[in-house]
Amino acid sequence: MKKVIEVEHLRKAYGSLVAVNDVSFSVAEGEIFGILGPNGAGKTTTVECVQGLRPFDSGLIHVLGLDPKSDGIALRQLIGSQLQESALPDRIKVWEALDLFSSFLPHSLNWCELMNQWGLAEKRNASFSSLSGGQRQRLLVALALVNNPKIVFLDEMTAGLDPAARHVAWDLIRAIRERGTTVVLVTHFMDEAEHLCDRLAIVDQGKLVALDTPQGLITTYANQSKVVFTAEHTDLPWLKQIPHVRSVTRHGPRVEVEGTGPVLALVAASLVDHGIVPSDLRTEQPTLEDVFLNITGHGAHN
Amino acid sequence: MRTLLKLTWVELKLFVREPITMVFTFALPLIFLFVMGGVFKNNPDPDVYRGVGAIDYYTPAYIALVIGSIAVVGLPVHFTAYRERGVLRRFRASPIPLWTIFGSQVLVSLVIAAVGGVLVTVAAKLAFNIGMPESPGLVIGAFIAGVLSFVAFGILLGSLLPTTRAAQGLGLILIIIMLILGGAGPPREVMTSVMRGVGDATPLRYVIVLIQDPWLGFGWNWAFFLIVMGIMVVASLLSRRLFRWE
Repeated sequence: MKKVIEVEHLRKAYGSLVAVNDVSFSVAEGEIFGILGPNGAGKTTTVECVQGLRPFDSGLIHVLGLDPKSDGIALRQLIGSQLQESALPDRIKVWEALDLFSSFLPHSLNWCELMNQWGLAEKRNASFSSLSGGQRQRLLVALALVNNPKIVFLDEMTAGLDPAARHVAWDLIRAIRERGTTVVLVTHFMDEAEHLCDRLAIVDQGKLVALDTPQGLITTYANQSKVVFTAEHTDLPWLKQIPHVRSVTRHGPRVEVEGTGPVLALVAASLVDHGIVPSDLRTEQPTLEDVFLNITGHGAHN
Repeated sequence: MRTLLKLTWVELKLFVREPITMVFTFALPLIFLFVMGGVFKNNPDPDVYRGVGAIDYYTPAYIALVIGSIAVVGLPVHFTAYRERGVLRRFRASPIPLWTIFGSQVLVSLVIAAVGGVLVTVAAKLAFNIGMPESPGLVIGAFIAGVLSFVAFGILLGSLLPTTRAAQGLGLILIIIMLILGGAGPPREVMTSVMRGVGDATPLRYVIVLIQDPWLGFGWNWAFFLIVMGIMVVASLLSRRLFRWE
């Protein structure tokens, strides 16, 4: 796979605060690459350096063969960008913004189509200041795509969207990738990262702490699954003897068995052998949330 | 070029949708015109107003005042508001060169100032029957030079001032000093030497006289033209250096 972004030993400090500390990663053409971390972890600074919007102290960055430090304008013709804390003039209309931003480059997309895809058609003549938070966000994402970019950077794209709009946005992001556009997605939403990203960099306190596919991260950092059922039997000492079981806890009739690998099948078979057939037997698979807790020792929202 | 024209067109529409800015820009010189015209009429007096009628004297000054209020109040507020709200940040992330953003402001200001200038001229002609320019071509040249110079000055203020509130406050103080002492207020003949000195330090004075001279038949003022162009060059260079996107 061709690499479209290469970052080596990136470092950026604001005074004494080191926002990005020796971060290295690369992004392959056509993938959805996620950067996940709590607020203030250095995610935004990292992608702003990659886009040439922020000077950095040391390290090397190459994007589509260009150096963002010296070829900023040339680079921004090839990428699309949805930034946090950016806005449009209050009284600009939706169609005017799309029309204006599509005029910046000759090979822009048909903005009418984008306007429809992102659910803005009925707001075509509404001014930016009259849009809801979610509508503004969708417009800013549409503007990031209007120049038909090779790479699109989406920084907290779904912040401010309601759950239904988030899922629509996810589908649209997948559609962007199907067209061959590489997507760099900055997010602090675990479910978004898990569902959408091909590979994921976890950033905490300016450092890159893990980098893998979402499933790979879960296998490496949170391999415990949990089997849960209810049983009236108070004494189940044999549960602990089952291979792959690590611990058993009871909350009244609710039993939680933690273990690794094929623990569900083993526990289920053993229960049947002992004449216990709970109808609510189920597993709780580990999620990125668990990965995140295990790696950083705190949640993403801290 | 396409981007420049499109951005200019959008910015013009945004200006028209902002009634307060528009009223301020167009009404301020008209208010002065009718107040001063009502008080002084337009009869020539050899002792003041360079020997011409008060409104013959003031009309070119009020045209310059339109340029001044666009550049000293309008532009700094425009740029600081864009910066505060993240509009400049959004522009920067797209492949739009800085000169296109500056260039669109030059074109927008030219159009607005031309509309304001024509309004003042027509009102002065109808109400006070002023004399039309002796050298119309030179007046237009002076007008364009004034706009270019003051737009650069306004962008510089917009680059320097930290907030919209600072831009509003300082812009109003500056425009009031400029209009009173720079040549749109009391006639220079009756000012004290200190007032004249302050007037000489205001950039607007040079734009006023540059337009006024060919209007009244005193010819092209090369010295003031060079000063106006000097302000433009210095302000442009400083803006390029000091401009901040966020």
